[in-house]
Amino acid sequence: MSEFLYNAVDIIENIKNQKVTSKQIVSKYFDNIENKNKELNSFIALNKDLALSKANEIDERIQKGKPVGKLAGLPIGIKDNICTEDFETTCGSKILKNWHPPYNATVIKRLTNEDAIIVGKTNLDEFAMGSSTEHSAFGPTKNPLDLTKVPGGSSGGSACAVKADLVPIALGSDTGGSIRQPASFCGIVGMKPTYGLVSRFGLIAFASSLDQIGPFANTVKDCATILDVIAGYDPADSTSLDIKRDNFSDFLDRDLKGMKIGLIKEFNEYLDPEVSQNLNLAADLFANNGAAVSEISLPHIKYSLSTYYLIAPAEASSNLARFDGVRYGLRVAGKNVDEMMINTRTQGFGPEVKRRIMLGTYALSSGYYDAYYGTSQKLRTALISDFKKAYENVDVIITPTTPTGAFKFGAKLEDPLQMYLSDIFTIPSNLAGHPAISIPFGKDDENMPLGIQILSNALDDSKVIQVASILEKLRDENVT
Amino acid sequence: MTIQNNSTDDSEYSEYEPTIGLEVHCELKTATKLWCGCKNSFGEQPNTLICPVCLGLPGSLPVLNKKAVEYAIRIGLALNCTVQPSIFHRKNYFYPDMPKDFQISQYDIPINTDGYVLLTDGSKVGIVRAHIEEDTGKSTHFSSSGRIHESTATLIDYNRAGIPLVEIVSAPDITSSEMAKSYVNELRNIIVATGATDGKMEEGSLRVDANVSVKKKDQIELGTRCEIKNLNSLRSLGKAIDYEIDRQIQLLNSQKKVIQQTRHFNEDLNQTVTLRTKEEAEDYRYFPEPDLVSLNPTGEWINEIKLNMPKLLIDRRQSVIELIKDSKEMSQLIGTVNTLVDQQLDTLFIETVGFGSDPTLTLKRLTNEAANSIDAAKKLNSKELAYLINLETSGKVSSTQSKAILSNLLENTSETVDSIISRLNIQSFGDKEIEQLLDNLILEKQDEFKRFVDGDDKVIQFFIGQVMKLTKGQANGKSVTQILLKKRNG
Amino acid sequence: MSQKNNLISKEQVLHVAKLAKLSLSDTEVELFSEQLSHILGYANELRDLDLSNYPPTSHPIELENIFREDVVIESISNKKVIDNAPQSSNGQFLVPPILND
Repeated sequence: MSEFLYNAVDIIENIKNQKVTSKQIVSKYFDNIENKNKELNSFIALNKDLALSKANEIDERIQKGKPVGKLAGLPIGIKDNICTEDFETTCGSKILKNWHPPYNATVIKRLTNEDAIIVGKTNLDEFAMGSSTEHSAFGPTKNPLDLTKVPGGSSGGSACAVKADLVPIALGSDTGGSIRQPASFCGIVGMKPTYGLVSRFGLIAFASSLDQIGPFANTVKDCATILDVIAGYDPADSTSLDIKRDNFSDFLDRDLKGMKIGLIKEFNEYLDPEVSQNLNLAADLFANNGAAVSEISLPHIKYSLSTYYLIAPAEASSNLARFDGVRYGLRVAGKNVDEMMINTRTQGFGPEVKRRIMLGTYALSSGYYDAYYGTSQKLRTALISDFKKAYENVDVIITPTTPTGAFKFGAKLEDPLQMYLSDIFTIPSNLAGHPAISIPFGKDDENMPLGIQILSNALDDSKVIQVASILEKLRDENVT
Repeated sequence: MTIQNNSTDDSEYSEYEPTIGLEVHCELKTATKLWCGCKNSFGEQPNTLICPVCLGLPGSLPVLNKKAVEYAIRIGLALNCTVQPSIFHRKNYFYPDMPKDFQISQYDIPINTDGYVLLTDGSKVGIVRAHIEEDTGKSTHFSSSGRIHESTATLIDYNRAGIPLVEIVSAPDITSSEMAKSYVNELRNIIVATGATDGKMEEGSLRVDANVSVKKKDQIELGTRCEIKNLNSLRSLGKAIDYEIDRQIQLLNSQKKVIQQTRHFNEDLNQTVTLRTKEEAEDYRYFPEPDLVSLNPTGEWINEIKLNMPKLLIDRRQSVIELIKDSKEMSQLIGTVNTLVDQQLDTLFIETVGFGSDPTLTLKRLTNEAANSIDAAKKLNSKELAYLINLETSGKVSSTQSKAILSNLLENTSETVDSIISRLNIQSFGDKEIEQLLDNLILEKQDEFKRFVDGDDKVIQFFIGQVMKLTKGQANGKSVTQILLKKRNG
Repeated sequence: MSQKNNLISKEQVLHVAKLAKLSLSDTEVELFSEQLSHILGYANELRDLDLSNYPPTSHPIELENIFREDVVIESISNKKVIDNAPQSSNGQFLVPPILND
């Protein structure tokens, strides 16, 4: 790491204390971007001039002693399914190529109100549908730790950007693991907050009842700092939670006294030996440092993947109907409006998006609703009730983030179900709306990072951060 | 009854009976749209009342307008519905005037269910539901011929997209085009009275879809129905239903089947034409709208809405009827009561009668004489009006004089009755004065009086005319009659 | 790739594609018939569960009565609205004719 590159909290502190200027920080990161982005394909839209001019403006304000925001001068990357007025927003899809949103997402407003600097938009699986960032109309993003391997997905561009030091912080979105899985594959921290904690206004919906925006960072502390800025009630999002919430940064550097940690019995059958060993190592560290670790049972959790692959495509099939060539984005001509819509959608969407639209349309169609969508909604209730019982006995639950480390490009492209299975441990938190974080812990036999996932009950995001921050410390002290 | 020449004779007709259900869409008079703060306004420049939400831009989210819910509840209460906890669904289908290619509506759990409307003839039409949904944008089809089928391009204006609607679905209780018209008219009066909507069919703020089927009278199950979309006047509604009933009977009579389809009423041809056949493609894939939460109006809120609701039409009519119920002419006056309430003159009526005026006469004067200048009539001082009506009832002024005074009062509602009487030099011709005039006349016109005494009542009109001539129309004709009759009998 | 064993027939695939306004090649029809059958076959494990005690969940965190006040907020300019339109005319969106087949 170069002399200028620090963790986000250090960068903010150093800019504020005028040890370094925002312009120097932004330029340094842009040097990295210019060196590496061509190969990694992490950013798909960038604006150096705009970033530098904002950095200059912030530096001037600091020099003149004027007040600045909590994130003053900090460069941030944004997943390209979050609407930005300054950058085109494409969702990694041909159908939205060159679309300039006439408005900013609420998270963008919250970040820029605190004087963060948006440097560009990061690559993703088209419309956030995928687990490898191979399904982008703008080409795949690579894993900076091994260019032959995927960075995970769908927020692969954001995970890659943070790991490769193209930015210290990036935002992603998580519908079934799209933040935590790539964070794990790239060896960084990624968090999905409680559903409703961060506004979805301006996040281009994949599955509205599952989507949540969250941060990627190098450390749990950075993650908490960003979450403190982006979390909060938004009257523009009816599902946003109007609650008094914790200050997440207050939950760092605490201890494990009285903390009860659960391991999910039903997940045992999905654990490869090396992943299982890694999980046990984490559990032992917790147990040896004051936590009570026990096995818990969530009888319905094994049905999560099936449930998810009915609910998410169903909602997506409806959310993606609006891409019809009438008002914005791609239009492919047709002799009447019906033909135009069909041509636009057929040529505009990639194969994975089409597959999910088909799946979701089928699950909602007349005669199948009860069997598929209706049943999956009931299973969702059953799962939430399982969790509720479990959290009567434990504070947090730990699992591996993924069944394996990062895989090679093309390894799972031919078999969608195999690809879907890589989200098996992350999906339950989305179905329940609960917070979950992935922190880097251990390596697989090809020396790629593995992650430990920490789950907790709705609105216990601070507990997740507290335990993650402890695990991070124990790891650095105890694991080589 | 039918527009088409046909060979169906009445006896064949009478074997059939139509079943009609109506879906009425009314736009709510909120200041803003249903999900966003864009202005709810008619007739603005195209695509100027637009934001990311009502244009359905990627990433945008709906937030429910509280006032729209309040208005929907007012309508529900006015239609005697049960107001219940409800949720929103997405109705998925592609159409270019629908920004999201789904419509947010209420499906199996609507806010209002199970009400009814009483028609003026006493018959009852059930209300199955009255739910909240969003309006679509507006398409204009370009073509040289003006026909949709031959258009070369379509222009879309989304100003209307997202305007709040309440869709009121009737039970299939309607049995004729006349009853359908009467239902829509009554429904419109009721919902306009709630203040939730302006009910202007000509501006499209009230639109009607009609479901029509026919069956043989002895048949229990209903026939195959056709839906006629977007009827925007009572006249079209009546004509479309008549045409459709006739078309279906003719099909059945010639052993053909009615095909379930959506039809459009062509005003120029006065007939319904096929819009689309109900086919497999019409699968709306309803599912609960994940971007909106459930709507559960508290009892407290519903009560508050009830209390703040403008007094309902039916209640207002009832208040008027209470005051005239002893009148001998009651049965003929019912229509007049409706007019009085429709013209918003019922409050004035009640106040005037409160000052002791005769209810029947007050009602007549307000709906006949005052009806020509309603705006002025609304400003009338009830005390003055009562004073005038009392002068007329007690015979101090004639009905002709009374009408003249009223018309002057309407020209300047701040003038008093007394000042008009003196300004117009109106003389009061009491019974004594009239008897004196008549005594003189009888001497002059002995032949006529003899005919009257012999029983020819037509001569009364002759004497009234003569008295009027002498008094320049200021005498009371009734008094003349009474005095004459007294003379003959006495 | 035996058609017979597929849970979702090619006809159903075509029907769903029609609902979703997608046009599929013969290869895609075959592929989707197989893949969707595979995925839904996996999901069929749910059908054997007794979930009658569980009401459906549409929102992970239950909320109710979220409203906005009926207050006008300025709309965005017609230019901004139309700028992203593939085709427009005099401030309106222009599309090919709507045909009713």
